[in-house]
Amino acid sequence: MDKAIKRYFPVFMLPTLLAFVIGFIAPFILGVYLSFCKFTTINDATFVGLSNFAKIFEDATFGHALWFTALFTVVTVALINVLAFAVAMALTRKIQGANLYRTVFFMPNLIGGIVLGYIWQLLLNGILAHFERTLTYSSVYGFWGLVILLLWQQIGYMMVIYIAGIQNVPGELMEAAKIDGATSAQCLRHVTIPMIMPSVTICTFLTLTNGFKMFDQNLALTNGAPSDMSEMLALNIFNTFYSRSGYEGVGQAKAVVFFLLVAAIALIQTKITSSKEVQQ
Amino acid sequence: MKKTKQLVALGLGIAMACAALAACGGGASTGTTAAPSTTAGAPAAPAAGETTAASAQAATSGGAGKVFYLNFKPEQADQWVALAKKYTQETGVQVDVITAASGTYAQTLKSEIAKSDPPTLFQVNGPVGLQDWKDYCYDLKGTKIYEALAGDEYALYNGSEVAGIAYVIETYGIIYNKKLLDEYFALPTASIKSIDQLDNFAALKTVADEIQANKDELGVEGAFGSTGMDSSSDWRFKTHLANLPIYYEYQAEGITSTPAIKGTYLDNYKQIFDLYITDSVCPPSMISSKTGEDAASEFALAECVFYQNGTWAYNDIKGNEVADEDLGMLPIYIGVAGEENQGLCTGSENFWCVNKKAKPEDVQATLDFLYWVISSDTGREALAKEMGFVTPFTTFTADYLPQNPLVLANDAYTKAGKKAVTWNFTTMPSEEWKNGVGNALLEYAQGTGTWDAVKTAFVDGWAKEYAAVNN
Repeated sequence: MDKAIKRYFPVFMLPTLLAFVIGFIAPFILGVYLSFCKFTTINDATFVGLSNFAKIFEDATFGHALWFTALFTVVTVALINVLAFAVAMALTRKIQGANLYRTVFFMPNLIGGIVLGYIWQLLLNGILAHFERTLTYSSVYGFWGLVILLLWQQIGYMMVIYIAGIQNVPGELMEAAKIDGATSAQCLRHVTIPMIMPSVTICTFLTLTNGFKMFDQNLALTNGAPSDMSEMLALNIFNTFYSRSGYEGVGQAKAVVFFLLVAAIALIQTKITSSKEVQQ
Repeated sequence: MKKTKQLVALGLGIAMACAALAACGGGASTGTTAAPSTTAGAPAAPAAGETTAASAQAATSGGAGKVFYLNFKPEQADQWVALAKKYTQETGVQVDVITAASGTYAQTLKSEIAKSDPPTLFQVNGPVGLQDWKDYCYDLKGTKIYEALAGDEYALYNGSEVAGIAYVIETYGIIYNKKLLDEYFALPTASIKSIDQLDNFAALKTVADEIQANKDELGVEGAFGSTGMDSSSDWRFKTHLANLPIYYEYQAEGITSTPAIKGTYLDNYKQIFDLYITDSVCPPSMISSKTGEDAASEFALAECVFYQNGTWAYNDIKGNEVADEDLGMLPIYIGVAGEENQGLCTGSENFWCVNKKAKPEDVQATLDFLYWVISSDTGREALAKEMGFVTPFTTFTADYLPQNPLVLANDAYTKAGKKAVTWNFTTMPSEEWKNGVGNALLEYAQGTGTWDAVKTAFVDGWAKEYAAVNN
């Protein structure tokens, strides 16, 4: 069977590879090239060297967006993973209707970010209206609004990954620990958590990159208001691109910096967490 | 084992089919998804949702050119498609119309014009917008559509070339509800007794304050509709209202554009903005999430007396609590000496441009189409009656005037000899400048910022943005 797969490998891979090259690699290379250009439309670009990158540093909003995004990512990575793991632990117990609960928790993930953003905008503004405030009154409201939204959306998804990890913990390990007299806290600390480190790696990677790359929810919920104070990196790039004539290249340069940043952080994170994974 | 093999084969087969479909799907989509953005410096109407695309295919279009119009105004999306179809039936020339969703015109144009089949006809919003697109603008001098312009002020110049032609003249001011205002005049405590006395800022403030004080008696929620500063709608204040201090400064200096604004009339700007947010249906801390639609509905349901917007708002207001004959429009008085003679703000920020980089036969087809639109009975009927446009073309005779009460209000001011305020916001240096002013205004209104920040954004921001764009 291995041989058959090897023989037909190109037949199965080529269409996907082609789609990947057209849909990802080509735009990526073009994007990097455009970050060194001044352009209005992408096929009408003139090379200007590094001046786009120089302009990034004259722009105070980029620094603020970076800081805001970093803070947001730290908060959401911690909260999503802790809560998703807790829910996963609860739903791997033998309780009535566990599958139903799992489905319910997972479902928010099926709704698109823009729709979610508008729904939560209505909900949160409805509550804040009692205090004569709105989500866009100050970035503090916007920040926690975004956190709540993202928690609601992503806990279910990470929960599924954790459930898969928890169910893979060998029963005999757990049994052995119990016979040795380990309390349930000790079981959790010394058996379950080390055994599900691969899930932790995946989940931290996903939440970390999702936090950094968040765009739709930000656009729909606050759109950066007030005064770009709740603007995250991806939205900042988008707004730079369209804010002034001649700033398309600067937006593109920011996107390249953004890519390098996210790639570096993700690589470091995977390295750290995967070093903690244990072999069964 | 055999079963696994079959399963693997099936799985991979499905994966391949999906990939192939996905790859094909990419090329077929047109336009963009709708996304609210802050680029709307325009009288954009309610979000139009998805980009509407339609093509009127000609069965027998031979070697002749074709027209591809990227329309800016979502309010008139369907009418343009219908008009294109009629043209195709009449002449056999293919006309495609795509309308960008509200606030996404810049994005849509940037991506459409880079395609192998670019729009032959597109729009820019004035001198600043032209900077982006001047390399694409065909010189319209000498064309029939240019000859039909009522005056040179409706042409957009790039040096000596005619880069764009305005096709709709719009007017904005403070829309008011005549019935409610008459009820106020009838109040025994009212200091102002007739609309004729309402011709300066002091009078407007008195009226608004007294309406606000007697709002229960008059059955309204407030004098002014909510000053919606949501980023989709704050153009009413950061762009349209800001036009007034700019207009008076340009008048005083005798200029039509500037690299550095002085902000001489910013105190007047503050006065009128303060009035809007104080005598309002909602507290200032709520306006950050209020939209233009909120204000339109408050006005349409007779919950407020005044509402700043323009002729294009008629479609949103009509058919509700306010009857057509009760609709009026006041000039925006900001407390400048001699403003008794000020009229409404009239101008255009919709200029047609023909794509120079399109095929020559397509350029010709586009010019023919444009002339047909403004000269044929079908075209004039569609523009004036269905779309409700006041146009700057000599071909539109008295038979072709829209029945929009807000347009008629403007005619009344013009006939009374009032001096219309021109649209100078087309000279604002960038979208970023408008956003800066809008943000500062909002923070000032909420009490989280000061008026000095508005001044900084207005004056320093102008110089900074002008330098950023023009270096």
